[in-house]
Amino acid sequence: MENDGALGDRALPPARKENIPMTTESKVIRVLVAKVGLDGHDRGVKIVARTLRDAGMEVIYTGLHRTPEEVVDAAVQEDVDVIGISILSGAHMTVFPRLLKLLDERGAKDIMVVGGGVIPDDEVIQLKNLGVKEIMLQDTPPDSIVAMIRRIVVERGPR
Amino acid sequence: MAFVHSLNLVPRVLKGEVNAVARLLTRAEAGSHECRPALDEIFRRAGRAHIIGITGVPGSGKSTLVARLVAAIRQTGRRVGIVAIDPSSPFSGGAILGDRIRMGAIAADPGVYVRSMATRGALGGLARGTLEAIDVLDAAGYEMVIIETVGVGQDEVEVARATHTTVVVSAPGLGDDIQAIKAGILEIADIHVVSKCDRSDADKTVADLKNMLSMGLASARGSWQVPVVPTSAARDEGVAELVAAIDRHWTFLREGNRLEERRRLINERRLLKAGEEILRDQFVRQRNGQVLKLLEQLQARTLSPRTAAERLLQDIHPGDAP
Repeated sequence: MENDGALGDRALPPARKENIPMTTESKVIRVLVAKVGLDGHDRGVKIVARTLRDAGMEVIYTGLHRTPEEVVDAAVQEDVDVIGISILSGAHMTVFPRLLKLLDERGAKDIMVVGGGVIPDDEVIQLKNLGVKEIMLQDTPPDSIVAMIRRIVVERGPR
Repeated sequence: MAFVHSLNLVPRVLKGEVNAVARLLTRAEAGSHECRPALDEIFRRAGRAHIIGITGVPGSGKSTLVARLVAAIRQTGRRVGIVAIDPSSPFSGGAILGDRIRMGAIAADPGVYVRSMATRGALGGLARGTLEAIDVLDAAGYEMVIIETVGVGQDEVEVARATHTTVVVSAPGLGDDIQAIKAGILEIADIHVVSKCDRSDADKTVADLKNMLSMGLASARGSWQVPVVPTSAARDEGVAELVAAIDRHWTFLREGNRLEERRRLINERRLLKAGEEILRDQFVRQRNGQVLKLLEQLQARTLSPRTAAERLLQDIHPGDAP
């Protein structure tokens, strides 16, 4: 085709021919956020959902009073990268081990679990030892939440 | 966990394995080149499901209706796949997908698969990758696939070109009888639903729609008599009637060659849409740098937008696919 001057910048990157084994075209991080059990305090989880949305993530919010089974079913069907559980009820030492066990049973250990809420320091350590990737306490700034989710997904690697 | 190639997911999808279905949907939605041969395989094996679109304005009760509808369909034993669409932010690209909030009860049923999709910039009420998602769920053995569109305005009619049966949900109190005879979304209904019929002004909405249909617009749907089904989630009314209407429409389509005609329309639409997408991708990839130069000429008004666009397109090489 004739180069008429107006179109003179033809230095384009070569078309990609190699077969890249991952979804590079549109890498959107998907996060499922949920409240589990008898805990109706959802202002925090809504703020987190909004923060992640504004960071370009797709956030699936399941609403209140979910069981761990419902959360894991939804996370597998939605193929999310991360499950975020907001918990203020004190049931975290029951809920998180159950979630991790169910993910293992469903062959979905590539879904990372994080939590947020009011949790004693020594139990934060216990939960991380069990396999919860990160626990955010009540003083975590929104930017740190975004950075933490991105880091966890990068560390997990492509799937 | 190790990467599993999409073609290796296909046999697992065909067996209805949820994890495999979920992963293939993610790749289809991302527009991954790697999954195209797998989607070709899936397309060859799809074509059994009854595909139903549910559309209506935001807040008209689509998610609530879908939850009730699916619970009723499950009573008949059929497996149901649902694609529920919510909008992506035009600024961040992010989204809050909240359709599951109303689907708690059905989501735990192993005969139901729910997938939330964000529009990712697609217009017309569907999301990028919705059509491929229909194929995947169909091939995975879901006998009915329900597409719940993003909340639409008056003109997002894409769902009717992707589904066998289109259900338009209207809520009471949102317009007069002139709204009902306007062109656009109300014309695409194979079935009208008036939701929230426990409200006192619902009778008028039902009457307006029935009047509109009696004026002859129904002829756009051939000999099918478009029903108006009032529903109320609060009173648990109308859902059995809606299931009956949907099944009646499926029976109607399967008489003669109507279903084949509908499938031909859907396939024609998909063919043209895929062509447009390929061109658009090439356009985006190959226009690098040219836009700025042409923009300068537009700013100086030495070129018109139309002529500048023609120059831009001259330089697109159709054979140069990635």
